[in-house]
Amino acid sequence: MSVLSDQLVTFSILAYLVAMVVHAVEYALGNARVRVAPPARELVGAGVGAARGAGSGPEPTVRAATAAQRTAAQRTAARARMAGLGAVAVTVLAALLHLGALIARGVAADRMPWGNMYEFVLTVSFIGVASWFVVLWKRPTLRRLGLLLTLVMVLLVATAELLLYTPIVPLVPALNSYWFIIHVATIVFSSGIFLLGVVPACAYLMRAGYEQGRRSFPYLLAKRMPAAAALERLTFRLHAFSFPIFTFAVIAGAIWAEAAWGRAWGWDPKEIWAFISWVVYAGYLHARATPSVKRNVATWLAILGFLTVMMNLFGVNIFFEGLHSYGGLD
Amino acid sequence: MTVTDDRPAPPAETPRRRPNPVLALLRNSWRQLTSMRTALVLLFLLAIAAIPGSVLPQRGVNPEDVRDYFVAYPDLAPVLDRLGAFDAFGSVWFSAIYLLLFTSLVGCITPRLREHVRALRSKPPAAPKRLDRLPQHTVFAAPAGGAPAIAAVLRRHRWRVAVRGDEVSAEKGYLKETGNLLFHASLVVVLVGVALGSWYGWSGNRVLVAGADNAFCNTQQQYAETSFGPQVASADLPRFCLQLDDFEARFLESNGQPEFFNAKVTVDENGGTPRPAEFSVNSPLRLDGANVYLLGHGYAPVVRYTDRFGRSQTSPNPFLSTGDIGLTGEGLAAFPDANVDPATGERDPELQVAFSGLYLPTAPQQAPFVRSEFPTERNPLLNLVAYRGNLGLDAGIPGSVYKLDQRQVDAGRVKEVGTKLLQVGEVWTLDDGTTLEFLGTEPYIVLSVRHDPGSTLLLISSGTLLLGLMGSLFGRRRRVFFRVRPADPAGESSTPGSSLVDAGGLPRVDHPGFADEFTRLVAAVSGAGRRADPDGPAGARVGAE
Repeated sequence: MSVLSDQLVTFSILAYLVAMVVHAVEYALGNARVRVAPPARELVGAGVGAARGAGSGPEPTVRAATAAQRTAAQRTAARARMAGLGAVAVTVLAALLHLGALIARGVAADRMPWGNMYEFVLTVSFIGVASWFVVLWKRPTLRRLGLLLTLVMVLLVATAELLLYTPIVPLVPALNSYWFIIHVATIVFSSGIFLLGVVPACAYLMRAGYEQGRRSFPYLLAKRMPAAAALERLTFRLHAFSFPIFTFAVIAGAIWAEAAWGRAWGWDPKEIWAFISWVVYAGYLHARATPSVKRNVATWLAILGFLTVMMNLFGVNIFFEGLHSYGGLD
Repeated sequence: MTVTDDRPAPPAETPRRRPNPVLALLRNSWRQLTSMRTALVLLFLLAIAAIPGSVLPQRGVNPEDVRDYFVAYPDLAPVLDRLGAFDAFGSVWFSAIYLLLFTSLVGCITPRLREHVRALRSKPPAAPKRLDRLPQHTVFAAPAGGAPAIAAVLRRHRWRVAVRGDEVSAEKGYLKETGNLLFHASLVVVLVGVALGSWYGWSGNRVLVAGADNAFCNTQQQYAETSFGPQVASADLPRFCLQLDDFEARFLESNGQPEFFNAKVTVDENGGTPRPAEFSVNSPLRLDGANVYLLGHGYAPVVRYTDRFGRSQTSPNPFLSTGDIGLTGEGLAAFPDANVDPATGERDPELQVAFSGLYLPTAPQQAPFVRSEFPTERNPLLNLVAYRGNLGLDAGIPGSVYKLDQRQVDAGRVKEVGTKLLQVGEVWTLDDGTTLEFLGTEPYIVLSVRHDPGSTLLLISSGTLLLGLMGSLFGRRRRVFFRVRPADPAGESSTPGSSLVDAGGLPRVDHPGFADEFTRLVAAVSGAGRRADPDGPAGARVGAE
């Protein structure tokens, strides 16, 4: 089972890589100016599970445009759309392989696959990609974000595989608690959503620059990204969804720490960085709710928050000695 | 004559003075402090100020590391220490930031609380004149029953409704502000809980060796290290005694990783009858007024030293774990009262004896015998160095009972007199004819005994904090207005003489689903009066933006 899990991880990295390439093909072919997707669908996508006939404003214009321009550009765009759908299909396949690897690992270890850094990163990235499908299902127009997302997935899963790999061992007694499942599951879940949240955050910063007329390096990449406002809203909604879960996870951790170590909060390095992440994300949510703070400043805070989460995951496990030393690396 | 005497005395003389500059400054500072921008800066500072605590060793977490840091950086460490860097979370700068932040928070939520209570008790505001200027607007044929009928539908959809003549105003989503205030108020209570814990809480750590002779009772002197809140006195400690009967540990065969711990103890609380109890990692022993936590374990080799006069002393000596997986222990067996002449009762400090070294539960087959291979006792071996001379224990300087005072060795007052590997039952005869016998080991556990009176409050306030947070993030405040008016004679399709309803919707926060909700609400309202109409909602015309 353990070997199967390792092989599945390798295959899923490859599949994410293929998905990324296909997304890149879509990106290269696609032209943001000519929309080929049915307009009704795009508009529905912009609302939340919207009532279908709600919008009627821009539809006729788009239809007129498409009728007028059934040209070569149109065919290219159709191909881009095919590529995009194909990329999503490959991402689904990669995610299934990823899930299979996690299940095999869990079965082989006879516990939840969250016992060390390797398993943790695998699970967090899976949550990220699974939530991405939920977002995609609700807002199909954001599909092109998949390019960035698959890039992140390739980087994370490959990092886990190449640098963090740890053979299966059972849990140390301190982890043998039902709080292990509650605390770690919620941390994993919220980290996965934060991971997904950083994708539209980065895309927003590039796209917003592009929409302001900047044509230099990082902004130009966002030429075919979804509209900045939609990206920004998605960023906020993901973070607003994840923040209470993260808060709960920290509280659950404190309750567990009280039982295991005798104090709810002891400023262990992991706790310090969780505190820092919490404060930064709280800052993001406040900044976004404050009209006088520019949206891109707020979005930078979200990215900073994610960097602190990464610091907590990698940095604290590697550089600091603490009670949360379950990384599994020597 | 004081300065105050110079001031113009009665305020009645100058009824319209310029505002007091001091008061103005205070007021402005207060406004500045309670502004969101300041709060954000403070939040950011708080995050940055927490970083040193994770980078530098902290006294509260690991005092040994702080000591090591002082040795490694003799120039830098005292400077950092003066800045409070080794107690970062109790330092002036960290406290200043969070106290300012909480002041800002209280200053921000108090007026909002007042405002919110007023909003909860007052009716939704009157409809604005031009409903077509609102983000959502539509016109539809008035349902039968007019404004009261509309109000009834809205109430059924759990809106707060106010009817003013032909106008209906309704508001929903007060939960957002309620949650927001609850969240921030809970944060204050969390801080109070933390403060209670640090003022009235106490904790003590110690090692407890198995056996009735090694039991301890809960007094401050019985702990190796204690931390008492400023409001706690030694006499406040709850009375209990604890004896370790047995300690069970299981390890993985493959790599020696621990798998299971369980400590069996006998507890005697408030002088009652002793009762057996068990506790483990993750399930502390909860006593009246204190919890006992299992932090670690190891072996205490029991040795018997027989001195020149044939008198023997037996002692279990906990050898502290060096942190490796094989549970190698490092420790000291000191006999400061050895070689006292029974005839004269005279004590020769030069003849004090100590044995320092390592205990290996599973020694390797060949040298070096410095690292145990497995945490259970498969091939127990004591690797000892014998010392004779003044151990320095009489000087009254507090020292570790697990380490020989190195200063005495360096000064030549203690001399090494031999080394030996001892198996259980083996006897070591030293150069002066005295003997040391390795009798076996007793398990010991490392305990932390703690009391935190703020923990219940912390738990409750974290719960309300979470509830408030969810309300604040997922609640959405919005208003809708309906105005019944006679049909415009120049109107599009309506029959003259019938009534129309102007409807407008105003989301108070970013709410992408509001357009749909508004459409559904309008459909419900316009359909209310005429259920028979099959395409009732179709009459609604929604203007986006």
